[in-house]
Amino acid sequence: MRTIFFILQKEFLQIFRNRGMMAIIFLIPIVQLLVLANAANYEVRNLAIDVVDQDHSSWSQRLVNKLTASGYFKLHRQTFNEKAAFEDLQLDKADIVLMIPRHFERDLVREDKASLQLLVNAINGSKAGLANGYANNIIRSFNQNIRTEWLALDGRNGPAIIEVTYSNWFNTRLDYKVFMVPGIIVVLVTMIGAFLSGMNIVKEKEIGTIEQLNVTPIRKHHFILGKLIPFWIVALFELALGLLVGKLVFHLPMVGSLWLVFLFAAVYLWVMLGMGLLISTFTETQQQAMFIAWFFVIVFILMSGLFTPVENMPHWAQVLTWFNPIAYFVKVIRMVLLKGSGWANIQIYLLIMLAYAVVMNGIAIWNYRKTT
Amino acid sequence: MHPIVTKELTKKFGAFIATNAITFEVKEGEIFGFLGANGAGKTTAMRMLCGLLKPSSGEAKVAGFDVYTQADKVKQNIGYMSQRFSLYEDLKVKENIRFYGGIYGLSNNTIKEKTKQLLQKLQMEAEADQLVSALPLGWKQKLAFSVAILHDPSIVFLDEPTGGVDPVTRRQFWDLIYEAAGRGVTVFVTTHYMDEAEYCDRISIMVDGRIQALDTPRQLKAQFQADSMDDVFLKLARGK
Repeated sequence: MRTIFFILQKEFLQIFRNRGMMAIIFLIPIVQLLVLANAANYEVRNLAIDVVDQDHSSWSQRLVNKLTASGYFKLHRQTFNEKAAFEDLQLDKADIVLMIPRHFERDLVREDKASLQLLVNAINGSKAGLANGYANNIIRSFNQNIRTEWLALDGRNGPAIIEVTYSNWFNTRLDYKVFMVPGIIVVLVTMIGAFLSGMNIVKEKEIGTIEQLNVTPIRKHHFILGKLIPFWIVALFELALGLLVGKLVFHLPMVGSLWLVFLFAAVYLWVMLGMGLLISTFTETQQQAMFIAWFFVIVFILMSGLFTPVENMPHWAQVLTWFNPIAYFVKVIRMVLLKGSGWANIQIYLLIMLAYAVVMNGIAIWNYRKTT
Repeated sequence: MHPIVTKELTKKFGAFIATNAITFEVKEGEIFGFLGANGAGKTTAMRMLCGLLKPSSGEAKVAGFDVYTQADKVKQNIGYMSQRFSLYEDLKVKENIRFYGGIYGLSNNTIKEKTKQLLQKLQMEAEADQLVSALPLGWKQKLAFSVAILHDPSIVFLDEPTGGVDPVTRRQFWDLIYEAAGRGVTVFVTTHYMDEAEYCDRISIMVDGRIQALDTPRQLKAQFQADSMDDVFLKLARGK
């Protein structure tokens, strides 16, 4: 135990003496959290819309007003000429084009039906989907208005309409930041766990001090624990820091128990630390260690459900997320903080993490023994 | 009992025999020079004696402990200083001493006392709170040697300890070695400097994994009819 204490003391001295390391631990995560939480936002507002109004009637004008008043659309151009609108689409100046055909009002009056056309710039698929959805909603409600106010129809006349009312649970205002901040905190904690631990071990190889340590009576498990525990502590500190910033800046709700979050993180981190250790056993330089860690972490992050819902992935990719530690942590931290999930809900995930940590560290230690 | 005893000690890497059945013993308090061209098998032999590498066959006892089964005991009883600088540049002189003292299990009081003695001996009291990276190379090597024998090992292994060091500092470094040997510490040293070889009590010269000569410098010169150790070494190393 005393040996581990001396190693820990040395590691913390080295961490706190390294300016770059201090920035990585204290400054960069806060900046990343502030920037990413504001930037990673899926809510689409102010979509540029071109309206090709070939009808110029009072009803077409009311529709345009309704669209722009929603806040989702900003009128970029109102024109008679469809070519100008197509050009805007081409030049990415417009996200969506609404075509109101000639005789729109007349058809509404005479034939009791009229058609509109929406052209959506679908380069960015999710944006296009949202634009389409917003526009459809607004047009449907416009349609309702016509029915009630002008055609004097009510629920008893005409075809039945099923009205769907929404109530957003757990994130009532559909605030994207509330959804993203916990995920970004997971990424920050992961970076510390997976990158710094592996690089730190490889650094001893690089500068040659590992040879000296190998001739001392330090046991391998002393060395490994002495190397990993500092980053375990630093990463847990990082989690606290991230949650604090989330609370103060983004008013992140913390419905569930913070102890559960920390308990899960404490186990989860051993998976990441084990990964760092494993990488360090077959790399010789910090650069190699970083590139390999980067490769895995980026794949884990992109497939974690942090940015894109796991449910949207093809089946094989969903199967892969069962082996993705980051996916578990993203899921659990959101469950606990936003929904208030308790022990009963997360214990299965905690067990999976525990098993993962044991396997990962087992392989790492086995490989570590073999190579040195 | 001799501090280092080997018998037919062999290490093979696949078909390559790095160290081929070497047999020798080192006496207590002796400065034993371990010479050989690059690739002759010195480092492999040394690594086996330090418990870093398992031999393929043969026997070796260091400080009375078997290198196969008691590697941990061996490590506790030896000091080691390699050609690669082994102190932490981003730690202060004092912190390095404390760390190495601590992992050899010295008590806090002992560490404090030893630190004081060591700094006094090296006349580095003023540098105690400096980062090691700020020291000149010669000072670093002297410090590394002193740290390597901080826990009073009975044997110290030095792997080309004076590489790249100026002649004056080398001389001072050897004063430290003599002083340690005078206290009964057995010194096992590899070097490529033949003037340093002359300082040793006994010398072995390895060629292609075998020990081709082992005696005092004076005897070796007589045996090979050479004027200097340089000549002895060239005759042996070339004569393959």
